[in-house]
Amino acid sequence: MMNDINYVVEMRNITKRFPGIIANDHISFKVRKGEIHALLGENGAGKSTLMNVLFGLYQPEEGQILINEKEVKITDPNVANDLGIGMVHQHFMLVENFTVTENIILGSEPKKGLKINYQEARKTVTALSEKYGLKVNPDAKIEDISVGMQQRVEILKTLYRGADILIFDEPTAVLTPQEILELADIMNNLVNEEKSIILITHKLKEIMEIANSVTIIRRGRVIDSLLVQDTNPDELASKMVGREVTFGVEKKEASPGNNILEVANIFVKDYRGVQLLNGISLEVKEGEILGIAGVDGNGQSELIDVITGLRNADGGKVLLKGNDITNHTPRYITEAGVSHIPEDRHKRGLILDFTVGENMVMETYFYPDYQTNHLLDYQKINQHAEKLIEEFDVRTPSVNTLARALSGGNQQKAIIAREVDKDPDLLIAAQPTRGLDVGAIEFIHRRLVEQRDKGKAVLLISLEVDEILSLSDRIAVIYEGQIVGIVNPKETTEQELGLMMAGAAKQEGAIHHE
Amino acid sequence: MNKLVKLFTKESSLIPLMAILLGLLFGALVMIMGGYNPIIAYASLFKKVFGDLYNFGETIRQITPLIFTGLSVAFAFRTGLFNIGAEGQFVMGSLGAVIIGTQLSLPWYIHAPLAILVGALFGGIWGGIAGYLKAKRGVHEVITTIMLNWISLYFSNYIIANYLREPGQQHSEMIKPTASISLLNWLSEAFGYNARLHWGTIIALIAAFIFFIILWKTKQGYELRAVGFNPHASEYAGMNVNRNIINAMFIGGVFAGLGGAVEILGVFNYQTIAAGFPGYGFDGIAVALIGANTPVGVILASILFGSLTYGAPGMKFGAGVPIEVIRVVIASVIFFVAASGIVTYILSLFKRKKKEVL
Repeated sequence: MMNDINYVVEMRNITKRFPGIIANDHISFKVRKGEIHALLGENGAGKSTLMNVLFGLYQPEEGQILINEKEVKITDPNVANDLGIGMVHQHFMLVENFTVTENIILGSEPKKGLKINYQEARKTVTALSEKYGLKVNPDAKIEDISVGMQQRVEILKTLYRGADILIFDEPTAVLTPQEILELADIMNNLVNEEKSIILITHKLKEIMEIANSVTIIRRGRVIDSLLVQDTNPDELASKMVGREVTFGVEKKEASPGNNILEVANIFVKDYRGVQLLNGISLEVKEGEILGIAGVDGNGQSELIDVITGLRNADGGKVLLKGNDITNHTPRYITEAGVSHIPEDRHKRGLILDFTVGENMVMETYFYPDYQTNHLLDYQKINQHAEKLIEEFDVRTPSVNTLARALSGGNQQKAIIAREVDKDPDLLIAAQPTRGLDVGAIEFIHRRLVEQRDKGKAVLLISLEVDEILSLSDRIAVIYEGQIVGIVNPKETTEQELGLMMAGAAKQEGAIHHE
Repeated sequence: MNKLVKLFTKESSLIPLMAILLGLLFGALVMIMGGYNPIIAYASLFKKVFGDLYNFGETIRQITPLIFTGLSVAFAFRTGLFNIGAEGQFVMGSLGAVIIGTQLSLPWYIHAPLAILVGALFGGIWGGIAGYLKAKRGVHEVITTIMLNWISLYFSNYIIANYLREPGQQHSEMIKPTASISLLNWLSEAFGYNARLHWGTIIALIAAFIFFIILWKTKQGYELRAVGFNPHASEYAGMNVNRNIINAMFIGGVFAGLGGAVEILGVFNYQTIAAGFPGYGFDGIAVALIGANTPVGVILASILFGSLTYGAPGMKFGAGVPIEVIRVVIASVIFFVAASGIVTYILSLFKRKKKEVL
């Protein structure tokens, strides 16, 4: 039996150095034919570097690569394509205003004379999508389809190019729980059709559910390689992080006080007149974490935007400690005592081309504390930043490093440091752990609970039901711009929440209205 | 000295230097194809610029307006905006200065500064209009600034032709001597030196310093750069994105307007009814690009640009090379700076060779 095993990918002693760091330090990595092999590691552990080496984007300094037991040199992605290696990127590489078919064939179009043979292309795409159970509408434009479907288009792109080895880079980071299940089915279909999959991830749950084997990388080295059936999440987590990790958040009983935030009957329409918020109401008290659970796109983003002044409400009121802050400017609202960890740290949370120091004073640069003779005093700014960096364990070479150069987890820590340091009455945390590894998640969760215990009001918005369940003192479920129920996390289950999030009627007895 | 060597061997300064070199080489190639001797041509260009004090002074005169328009474009670039309108802002700056310079009678210590300020203000408002239209109406600044260029040209022609005209001439009246910032009279009396030097050059250098202070040392500059890099995050941080767009275009316009004003007050003493643009605004785009949008870079790029432009007739005189060829050289310098990927590639070839040799 052992002799039958053939490896589709074998990487031996791969070493890749960047100025100052060894991203891959003699990494050896093998993938069997027809398996789903997870590559597990924290942000910055070297997973992506290794896969970029395999995909021909980087050249290793040392080591060999064998594909189907033959040694190869992968000098660029075209070579990788020819060898049957396909990559499904985390950030999709699609042309927004092209159709699904056009995107899939882009770069290797079937020709009829000088023209592109769209009919044949469409047929091929439909055939592929049926074969692997990848439901897509070949004629829909990318901008009109869901994120889950866009990902299927990415997968089809690699299959269309004849890929037998598919690399998935953090494929679930952008998906809803429902879409994650569908993706798991798709992956199973793919391996049933003799494809092999490499899954880059830091989510242990996914590995346990989807993968056959797992290789753990920490700080550029392989820590272990095992079969999923022989391991458990605790073991994986401690191997990945290098120490014991506590799942589930330890926290005391909440002792909520007065209302800090009151949202009353807020309405928001988009430019087409579609109701995004439909008379939403909620309160957050001091000393509690209110979690908002919901499927993406049910008004969470708009709710935060209205509270923080980034968007005007068409009706209703937002009160902070009894004062009306409805439709005030963001500056007024932050100064009134609201801190906001935005859901998209690259779009809103940071100015990536500013230094870490400059980013730390994004909302406070105009304070007299940071001026001398009415000019910005970078010494003071950087001192402040250094204090925060130390306090919140932000790993950065210096305060003068561009925020762009930090890893995702450290970027998020920098934002949290900035927002928590303002000592707000209300802390809004939108998807605070998206895309982060276990170590960073643990850190951030502890900080949020710490704020609660200091008597702050915390409003947590997350698409991860686990996170909502483990952190919240009360859970409000949002559906189509309304709160459809408020539940006690101790008295509910993931299933019940899932149903409510999908808009199912509230179940008697399980829901505790205020 | 070591520092200086390091500065010039840094990748960021190496690329523009290489681009300039490649541009000159390409120009030489064009000259050879045309049957001219590039060595004589470049030698006579060099001689024209540095050969004697008069021409050297005139080269400085040529460089000065480029610093202003270069700063104008670079400032907008730094704040995420594309100011194609330095040309129009320059013309408006001239108009403002010529109105004050011809219409008022004031002591010199008020007259000249006031004329400069009004010129700066005219340029600023002209830029600010484009900023306002972008901020409040969402009209792209490239479109509005191009259109405002033409409006400024014909508007100033109209004002000059109808209200400021010197009878029988195609230009405005002369500005009053009290408004002049020229050093010519003083220099020629004292040294018999006739190049049209003026205080504007000093103002240009001060402007470059102010450019640096505003962007990197003030709250306003922090906001402007933030909005330029990421308007969404700036909005989140409580900055008024629209106001910053208007401010950025206004300040950019002030730089170009200053350039227009000192050109009138220091060099020509009148404004002509022009058939076309002076061209400094468009060259300013190239200057900003070659200067990597830094104040020092803009000054250096202006020196390059001004020297090439002023030296071009020398090439014609010394080697018979048509003026157009010098434009080819300038254009290829810009090309190689813009296509810095080519330069990086060529540099990497050099580096690899070095490694192999070692």
